[in-house]
Amino acid sequence: MLQEVKQMIRKEITLEWRQKFAFNGVLLYLVSTVFVCYLSFDRLIDVPTWNALYWIILMFASINAVLKSFLQERDGRLLYYYTLVKPQSIINAKIVYNALLMSALGIAGLVVFIGFMGNPVKNIGLFLVNMLLGVTGFSAVLSMVSAIASKARNNFTLMAVLSFPLILPLLLVLIRVSSDAIHGATVVEALPKLLVILLLSVITLVLSNVLFPYIWKE
Amino acid sequence: MLGILILLYVIAGGLLFEVPRLPVIRETVRNIYFHVGMWFSMMFILLMALIYSLKYLRSFRPEDDLRAVSAVKTGLVFGALGLITGMVWAHNTWGSFWVNDPKLNGAAVGMITYLAYLVLRGSVEEPEKKARLAAVYNIFAFVLFFVFIMILPRLSQGSIHPGVEGNPALSTGDLDPRMRKVFFPAIAGWLLFAFWLFRVYYRIMRLKMNMEEFNEND
Repeated sequence: MLQEVKQMIRKEITLEWRQKFAFNGVLLYLVSTVFVCYLSFDRLIDVPTWNALYWIILMFASINAVLKSFLQERDGRLLYYYTLVKPQSIINAKIVYNALLMSALGIAGLVVFIGFMGNPVKNIGLFLVNMLLGVTGFSAVLSMVSAIASKARNNFTLMAVLSFPLILPLLLVLIRVSSDAIHGATVVEALPKLLVILLLSVITLVLSNVLFPYIWKE
Repeated sequence: MLGILILLYVIAGGLLFEVPRLPVIRETVRNIYFHVGMWFSMMFILLMALIYSLKYLRSFRPEDDLRAVSAVKTGLVFGALGLITGMVWAHNTWGSFWVNDPKLNGAAVGMITYLAYLVLRGSVEEPEKKARLAAVYNIFAFVLFFVFIMILPRLSQGSIHPGVEGNPALSTGDLDPRMRKVFFPAIAGWLLFAFWLFRVYYRIMRLKMNMEEFNEND
């Protein structure tokens, strides 16, 4: 199982590396959105807005990045995986890989954001921990939703519609913690909320493992 | 059977003319007979939807899927009714139709989730695949939604919604004895009404399915 997951992750990374345009596209999307915000807000931006904007942009970029994770696979190839590995390995590999991808996006986004909009964050460590945890949760929800959406028509709308309500709980807690981080709270102070994020991620992960085989078999 | 159920509901509604009480919220307490009963029924009927979705994934019988959809539709009707009664009440007591409160936001997210469920069903054509994806999404959504409404109000202190301890519908300890006479029948009435509505939806859907099969066999 673990071996299979590793193999699948390696395959995802190789695939991504071969077609860099996809990742670059999302990255450019991120930079352009931040730039648009920078121009519209005229640099006078208060802290709650900074925080909310960062998360909204990251959420949309993540949805964009994950959207292709099942769509890019052609039917024939899916059938090939089906004969090779357990369905759980596939979804776990996707989740881990998307989490990595989104952490990269999140960090890149943070750098760009700080570059354009200034840096109000007092406790950058907590901010990063929070972001990495949150991105894992995002990845679990979005990978699963992307698997569902890939089986239906009008994928993009469906992806957005299905994932918003599921991601919202996570997003609200994340925004709260990162607002604490901006105001300089320590990790210990934010621990209960971080645990909630962890709990949500774990629940999503378990559900994905249980439910994915049903989406998968055709 | 149906007649009796509706009668019970009518009795519950009719009894409202008896018991007034005069605290700060004045006559609006009467809303408890409707609003609480509606949310209560919604929760119950959505739980049924979950159970039928689980059953579907075990048995793959189309009837179970139809039951799940019917339950979700009924739940949405009751959710909308609960939202409307809640908003009218909020307008009279809090002064505005909507306030930024964890409980209210949770309710809104729940409604969006189940509307998304219907959108998902709309965008898949094959009946079998539709049923499977919908069941998976339903289970996924239900669990996350419940975690959301359990955790979030506790995390953010200061909800102005009655029943801050977490179970607004069950805190009957502080209910005036005169009101209990109406409150409990009201809840039973709404539950039965919800169940009746669910049966109606289910029958309509089953008839439609039978008709389609009939046309295909022709």
